[in-house]
Amino acid sequence: MVSADAIRVDYGARRALDDTSLVVGAGEWHGILGPNGSGKSTLFRVLATLLKPTSGRFVVAGETDPARIRRRIGVVFQSQSLDQKLTVEQNMNAQGNLYGLSGSTLSGRITKLLWQFHLNGRESEPVQQLSGGLARRVEIAKALLHEPSVLLLDEPTTGLDPTARREWLQLLTDLRRERELTVLVTTHILDEAERCDRLTLLHEGRVVSGGTPADLKGQVSGDVVQFGTTEPARVAAQYPMYESRVGDGWVRFETPNGARFAAQAADALPGVIQTIAIQKPTLEDVFLRTTGTRL
Amino acid sequence: MNFLLPAWALTRREFLRFWGERSRVAGFVISPLLFWIVVGSGFGNLDYFFAGALTMTVMFSAMFSMMSLIEDRREGFLLSVLVSPAPRASIFFGKVVGAAILAWLQGLFVLCSVFFTTLRQDPVTLLCVAGALLLTALLLTTVSYVIAWKLSSTQAFHAVINLLLVPGWMLSGAIFDPLLSFAWVRMLVQFNPLYYAHSLVRQFLSPGPGLPEISNCVWALAASIGIGAVLAARSTK
Repeated sequence: MVSADAIRVDYGARRALDDTSLVVGAGEWHGILGPNGSGKSTLFRVLATLLKPTSGRFVVAGETDPARIRRRIGVVFQSQSLDQKLTVEQNMNAQGNLYGLSGSTLSGRITKLLWQFHLNGRESEPVQQLSGGLARRVEIAKALLHEPSVLLLDEPTTGLDPTARREWLQLLTDLRRERELTVLVTTHILDEAERCDRLTLLHEGRVVSGGTPADLKGQVSGDVVQFGTTEPARVAAQYPMYESRVGDGWVRFETPNGARFAAQAADALPGVIQTIAIQKPTLEDVFLRTTGTRL
Repeated sequence: MNFLLPAWALTRREFLRFWGERSRVAGFVISPLLFWIVVGSGFGNLDYFFAGALTMTVMFSAMFSMMSLIEDRREGFLLSVLVSPAPRASIFFGKVVGAAILAWLQGLFVLCSVFFTTLRQDPVTLLCVAGALLLTALLLTTVSYVIAWKLSSTQAFHAVINLLLVPGWMLSGAIFDPLLSFAWVRMLVQFNPLYYAHSLVRQFLSPGPGLPEISNCVWALAASIGIGAVLAARSTK
């Protein structure tokens, strides 16, 4: 449903995306995972037809012409794209008109979507009076108004409080149950990434890994043990037999048995280790192992 | 893809936003009226400055309507417009027509003060002035659109506007007769679309010698709007 082949984007001398390729199947929920500056928003802008790549080609819903692609995609931006001064209904009407919808078709779809996203009764409220979570719901309702086959979401939970973020994730789960929709979401949030069918990991403008969340986490074996310490290099050097990463004030090991290893290390290096955390590998560990940097 | 429906969506949005910000109405109408009364009284000639106050009203309104374009394009409503299948020309058309009608209506409001002057006030004259103000509004919104689309900050927009439009208005004949000035000023005004806009208004309100012909003014304004429209439609990406 979405494919990008060797996309390169240069901003002057800086290369934002380099030889980036991905394939997203019909009905798949695909995440682009990477830290700020990894190029995921640039890739999003390319696929949303806002940015022409320096080279490479992409196909969305079988279309290559930007004007045709625009008919088939729904887009939710990281920043709010609603007119804050207008009411919910006025925003929805404007969006419908932009896609050639009017009359009873448009009003019928607006009513249905506002109901689906629990926004009924809010039609006449100016968007600037809505909470961040509610405004986000209006954004997604707006993006679905023309019944797109592909939905592009750019860091959709940025700026939301934890409650609104949980509501948003539930909303996406419900949406997935109700509609046959291909979704491409850029994110650096693990909760969001975990819910995707497949992920593409981006780092410094390049694809560094990809696969299902389970496959990716399978790349890190056993447990992950992180020590908080003032001498991370010394602790890492003490256990060269384990895969380790050293950061500012921390060192992280991949070990077959986290609890046993942590106890041994604490005994062997009294006073050097201040804190201990043991956990199963997360996507962050995968990213750290692949790139040497955190999300 | 339908051309008029997306354009109408953007025009209607301009009206809805304007209605929601009534302080904007007061600001754009009262300041030119104050300018007219203060400067006109200072020179002892309220009639002469009336046409200048009308074009100033339209200019301020057009400029400020287009300023929102800069932030909207970077992050906001306009991003969702740009990923829609709406034809680019209809985006320009809708935005400019909406802003031009608002600027025009404010100009008409100030025109009501003509009854406090000794200028022509018959219905035909007022209709002709209304037409001239509509052309002026279309010209200024188109020019402001082209400038705003190229810029990434409202500060830069202010700087360019102060460099282009404000001197253009001063050299339009609003404050002094440029044809009685230096040779370089006389030459410059021939290329100033605002000179033709102001002269057209004056031709209807107080025709006199030294002003360009009405037909020349209309042609100059139409050509300027046409050039601006082509530039604007091409820059809308």
